[in-house]
Amino acid sequence: MSTSGAGTSGTGTSGTTATGIGAPVRRKEDFRFVTGNGRYTADIDRPGQVCLHFLRSTHAHARIVRIQAGHASRMPGVLAVITGQDLAADKLGPLVCGWMIHSTDGSPMKMAPHPALTVDAVRYVGEPVAAVIAQTPEQARDAAEAIIVDYEELPAVVDPAAAQGPDAPLIHAVAPNNTIFHWQLGDAAAVADAFARAASVTSIDLVNNRLVPNAIEPRGALAEWDPGSDSYTLWNTSQNPHVARLVLSAFVGVAPEHRLRVVAPDVGGGFGSKIFIYAEEVVALAAAKRVRRPVRWICDRSEAFVADAHGRDHVTHAQMAFDRDGRILGLRVKTIANLGAYMSTFSSSIPTYLYATLLSGQYAIPAIHCAVDAVYTNTVPVDAYRGAGRPEATYVIERLMEVSARRLGVDPAELRRKNFVQTFPHQTPVIMSYDCGDYAASLDKALALADYQGFGARRRESEARGRLRGIGLSAYIEACGIAPSQAVGSLGAGVGLWESAEVRVNPTGTVEVLTGSHSHGQGHETTFAQLVSDRLGIPIDTISVVHGDTDKVQFGMGTYGSRSGAVGMSAIVKALDKVEAKARKVAAHMLEASEADIVFENGAFKVAGTDRAATFGEVALNAYIAHKFSGAELEPGLKEGAFYDPVNFTFPAGCHVCEVEIDPETGRVAIERFTAVDDFGNIINPMIVEGQVHGGIAQGIGQALMEQAVYDDSGQLVTGSYNDYVMPRAVDLPPLVVDTTVTPCPGNPLGIKGCGEAGAIAAPAAVMNAVTDALGTEEVPMPANPLTVWRVLQKAGRLQAAE
Amino acid sequence: MPVVSMTVNGNPVRAEVDVRTLLVQFLRETLRLTGTHVGCDTSQCGACVVHVNGVAVKSCTMLAVQAEGAEVLTIEGVARGDALHPMQEAFRQNHGLQCGYCTPGMIMTALDIVRRKGHELDDRTIREELEGNLCRCTGYHNIVKSIAAGARAMAGDDPARQQAAE
Repeated sequence: MSTSGAGTSGTGTSGTTATGIGAPVRRKEDFRFVTGNGRYTADIDRPGQVCLHFLRSTHAHARIVRIQAGHASRMPGVLAVITGQDLAADKLGPLVCGWMIHSTDGSPMKMAPHPALTVDAVRYVGEPVAAVIAQTPEQARDAAEAIIVDYEELPAVVDPAAAQGPDAPLIHAVAPNNTIFHWQLGDAAAVADAFARAASVTSIDLVNNRLVPNAIEPRGALAEWDPGSDSYTLWNTSQNPHVARLVLSAFVGVAPEHRLRVVAPDVGGGFGSKIFIYAEEVVALAAAKRVRRPVRWICDRSEAFVADAHGRDHVTHAQMAFDRDGRILGLRVKTIANLGAYMSTFSSSIPTYLYATLLSGQYAIPAIHCAVDAVYTNTVPVDAYRGAGRPEATYVIERLMEVSARRLGVDPAELRRKNFVQTFPHQTPVIMSYDCGDYAASLDKALALADYQGFGARRRESEARGRLRGIGLSAYIEACGIAPSQAVGSLGAGVGLWESAEVRVNPTGTVEVLTGSHSHGQGHETTFAQLVSDRLGIPIDTISVVHGDTDKVQFGMGTYGSRSGAVGMSAIVKALDKVEAKARKVAAHMLEASEADIVFENGAFKVAGTDRAATFGEVALNAYIAHKFSGAELEPGLKEGAFYDPVNFTFPAGCHVCEVEIDPETGRVAIERFTAVDDFGNIINPMIVEGQVHGGIAQGIGQALMEQAVYDDSGQLVTGSYNDYVMPRAVDLPPLVVDTTVTPCPGNPLGIKGCGEAGAIAAPAAVMNAVTDALGTEEVPMPANPLTVWRVLQKAGRLQAAE
Repeated sequence: MPVVSMTVNGNPVRAEVDVRTLLVQFLRETLRLTGTHVGCDTSQCGACVVHVNGVAVKSCTMLAVQAEGAEVLTIEGVARGDALHPMQEAFRQNHGLQCGYCTPGMIMTALDIVRRKGHELDDRTIREELEGNLCRCTGYHNIVKSIAAGARAMAGDDPARQQAAE
């Protein structure tokens, strides 16, 4: 490890000076953020830029009879009003879902056309109907309000469980019964056989509540067209600018890839919601050419509630069969997944290959069958939100384990332990092959840190004060490191999911790392530099990480699915291998030695068995001045690129323990303790990993206790602002106890598994297991907010009184 | 259009504004001080917190013209050149930020908490005082740590800097 002193000026812990792999290096990006010098999309100011505002549907379902925009287009400051007809005239194609799912009968999913601005009908509240471009945001807003749209209202359906019913209105002609696909995974006959042999069966019905991702930076787009070259630049709040460029080019047809530059500058959180290619950036690009000015759209928060893809929204019935000894024989799951009014970019993959494939959890389950119906409803499109399918799977299996343990009268920890996968690799009945893990190690450590043994005394103490106390576990697993391209291609993915990297060594020995990953809070500028510092033995301050610009980075798949460490950093390792190999050749010429005799250690190339050596910087300089070798022997320069395609998913796993206390007078649930022990494989920066876990847990607790996107029967989003949609604040959360166990991942060169989603995946089940433990009933829906809990308690009280 | 004048980060400024211009719009769009962020439209998130005459204010809740003659401090005015204020340094040392979007508002709020509550802040006090600030990345754990550490560090910091924060 080098000791450059970056991340110094501080607390005097050794961790602030070491910069290699495993050190809690303070983040390189923080200086700009704590001084207000971050550069987010809304901070960019292009000469002559004008404002874009969307007129959005106020109806959940209606036919558009007529749009009258004549008056609006003549209002002060207005440059243009654009409708769906205009985009069609520009030959801009619809937005697409990039993952093909086939129904059980072999038919392809029923993907309805999704124009950026609708033409014939509106299908959810918030759907963009027209766009106004004006000099100021106020003028654009005023003009949008002056557009008259004649709607013919149609009945709406918002509940996924009702969407397939005979009375439900048809949302798209291509999808009878509003059904996008009937899909299944696993062996139904084997499961039927397992249930026939079972000593007992646990059955549960669950609703995984609809969530709004709510990154604190709202989405935005700034589009500019250059008439001289007929090329575009789009600054965009994106987690994956190259994918945005690919889709906008190849599918929507805005411009060919080589004439479209997408820049994702500093991005204020994503959590999945900034993966997708949305209508607003399409319209901004089209408008920029139309008005020949840079066009800027910055989303309002209330607008974001209906403009950003939502998450979750599953209705599930699940059954687990056990033998007499408490071993799981089989699992049967039936889920209806709400995909909203249109299929968003990756929507079809979430309730299928990111969900059903994880239903084996940490357990050796001989037979699993999962059937999923994806349905259209008159709601905002639903797509990946932190965890994406895996929180839903974990909620199903970890609620089943807890309910089963209570039903069987055994310790929930011990029922889990009895069924843990013990040997690896382990092939589940639902595609995944777990490569490594030690689930008992995480469980034991979590139980010790949570003082599981002492819970009884704490519960009695709570009861003495008239409070209800409960404890719950969640032994989750997730599939990260997304993803082996060939494997996902065989499952319907439209793209490969490798990652690319380029390592540019400058003549002065400084290094630029170009990565296809994108950082929007994850700290890649630090962790990726740690990897390079560790490997090349150079100070971390001499390394910069470049990302988020399609003109700089050749290609990349972006950041989601906890993939940037396991896949993105593995690509950097591959590029570093090539840099080192080339540098050895240069060093051999410099040191007049055989390449085979060159050793590279501690930042220096040495001739084995001699005192002859050259520093990395000296070798870099010689690679460029090229005085020590001829062009016939070696190419000058020191710059290498690599693409890395993983061979398997990675499987982070762990155990989270939640302890709650409930005030029966108010129904308020207080999280008293939350303990997380995770196995992420090897860790580059434990400080950053802990931060990722903290944030994930907060979102998981939010889902369990507070957050819910609520639609009324007419399709109006009732929770459409921060006044109505309750997100965790500091006072709602306790200090979190976070620790790790380590089984290095055998599938990638760094042994990394990924850490970004674990908290959001594990926490909801842990919290709800604790809440149901405290309340003594399993019939508690998420979110267990005070009203819900109070109602559960009132119902229980009435039942008691009636007995 | 009316003319508004105020002092921002020690510099006198004067500009014509539309009467409905919010202070946050004036700071961001007119003065191009983009460190102050907008995260919502209901005064819930606190990303836009600045100090007006020494007191923390959500700059989306007042009009620019209401700040006539005021002393305004934004995140850009907290550090002294490259030397971070102890509260900024505490956020860096304690990993009190991830995406950085809520951070300016968190730091400006933190300075106001120290002004009102002093240098020894317990976990509960900080969490209750952060009721007007949302963060979606950190789970608040490290923000709370940062503010406690920053408050303590400010006690030992030189008076000139403290004045800037107060």
